[in-house]
Amino acid sequence: MSPKKIVLRFPSQIVDKPLIYHLVKDYELMINVLKANVNPDKEGFMVMELSGEPGKYEQGLSFLRKQGVVVESLSEGITRNVEKCTHCGMCTSICPSGALYISRPSMEVIFDDSKCVICGVCLKICPVKAIEASVNGRQ
Amino acid sequence: MGFKRTYSEINEKIKTGKVVVVTAEEVIGMVEEKGIENVAREVDIVTTGTFGPMCSSGAFFNFGHPKPRIKMHKVWMNGVPAYTGIAAVDAYLGCNELPEHDPLNSNHPGEFRYGGGHVIEDLVAGKTVKFEASGYGTDCYPRRKIETYITLEDVNEAFLFNPRNAYQNYNVAVNVSDKMIYTYMGALKPGVGNAHYCSAGQLSPLLNDPLYRTIGIGTRIFLGGGTGYVAWNGTQHNPCAARGENGVPTGGAGTIAVVGDLKQMKPQWLRGTSFLGYGVTLTVGIGIPIPILDEEMLKFTAVKDEDIVAPVVDYSYDYPNATGKTLGSVTYAQLKSGVIEVNGKAVPTAPISSYIKAREIADTLKHSITAGEFLLGEPVQNLPSADSGISLKGLQEKKAP
Repeated sequence: MSPKKIVLRFPSQIVDKPLIYHLVKDYELMINVLKANVNPDKEGFMVMELSGEPGKYEQGLSFLRKQGVVVESLSEGITRNVEKCTHCGMCTSICPSGALYISRPSMEVIFDDSKCVICGVCLKICPVKAIEASVNGRQ
Repeated sequence: MGFKRTYSEINEKIKTGKVVVVTAEEVIGMVEEKGIENVAREVDIVTTGTFGPMCSSGAFFNFGHPKPRIKMHKVWMNGVPAYTGIAAVDAYLGCNELPEHDPLNSNHPGEFRYGGGHVIEDLVAGKTVKFEASGYGTDCYPRRKIETYITLEDVNEAFLFNPRNAYQNYNVAVNVSDKMIYTYMGALKPGVGNAHYCSAGQLSPLLNDPLYRTIGIGTRIFLGGGTGYVAWNGTQHNPCAARGENGVPTGGAGTIAVVGDLKQMKPQWLRGTSFLGYGVTLTVGIGIPIPILDEEMLKFTAVKDEDIVAPVVDYSYDYPNATGKTLGSVTYAQLKSGVIEVNGKAVPTAPISSYIKAREIADTLKHSITAGEFLLGEPVQNLPSADSGISLKGLQEKKAP
């Protein structure tokens, strides 16, 4: 199966458990962590690309849910405010995944969110703050 | 050799709806198809445009007097200081100005989320801005403090006066060091990981009139979505810079100072802009009509991206230390292809001025002229050109005389 982008939220009681280790070891899933914010005794938050054999993928997710992890598919992520964007193009040489690129010869800046890895670099680079971030409702 | 056209003849054609206007992009294809001579006879005006960050920009204000009166010694607009070393309730807000307590680069690279350029954009967008002023009290101006809220409509005058805009050509910035750097040309990746350029190339005003034959003091222009004028040559105007055979400078050269009524302008063409690790500025939309006075002017306006070259400059060492060294030159056609070669390495490029908006400005100006809403302003004086003998000076450190 092709990788799916998901968002995990860990209640503060379980952030110290090696849950990701079990996804790899017990369910043979492939993990690419895109973003993580996990601190002792605080709610943890992680965005990842997950792939593996379909049956095991579902089993892995239900394992996480049983542990108390809230699992959601990734929605929104990085968006571009088309009204604000001036198509200057400065983001395009910084974006590491090619999600922001210039269509030639029109020189229009295109945002292909299927390529976005939500690294967030464009958020600070965009000179007119046209890039906005929200990960499953979080700013 | 050829024919001549005057400003008044062209203006007469604008008034009678007979004027032929094309953009600096459209004229290229026409010349390829029909040749210089035919197109020069057909076309009266070529419109240009540019939309990029222009740091030497700002606005003069007269706020009106409160009762009792005040001589404003300090002024803040949304917390951003304005310069008050002029008459009592006048001030100049520079677009690079930052709020008093901005963290600047203390946590490098600083974000510089708000500043003078953003205040100007907010005002033009019709937003209410917090206004604070303090005075030291004089017999004629006794008041010492005022705190209120203003909009652009509330002030007596507000005019944009930008001392240096529309740079004729510019550096292509790269970073040869081994760490990321944050500059006014954007974030530059180590090991020449990217190259940033900032010009509309074939659409850019001064690249279409390289010797300033028609762009002079009094030229009427599109400025920030309103009508403006060329007021003077810009600061750092360097008309004697090296030029190619086509007369086009091969690096930064001429500049213009421009002025216009802020109250007519539109927020989409005056954008507060933040450069990570550097500061704030204003992205300004400028469009200039070039009258085709003769074949030479048409030839100038037909300049193509492949005929305009820009120097590649290292911003990690050579630029900050003013070594004058360049890493070669590239054409705007190469820059716009997305990849250039620097020291044998393929380097991805990115613009920091918007070509698509430059095109929109040139189009907007074309339609205003065709609709009879915009007449040409004949310069009352030309800008210093390539024969002026001007050379740029650096600042020397001297002992007290």
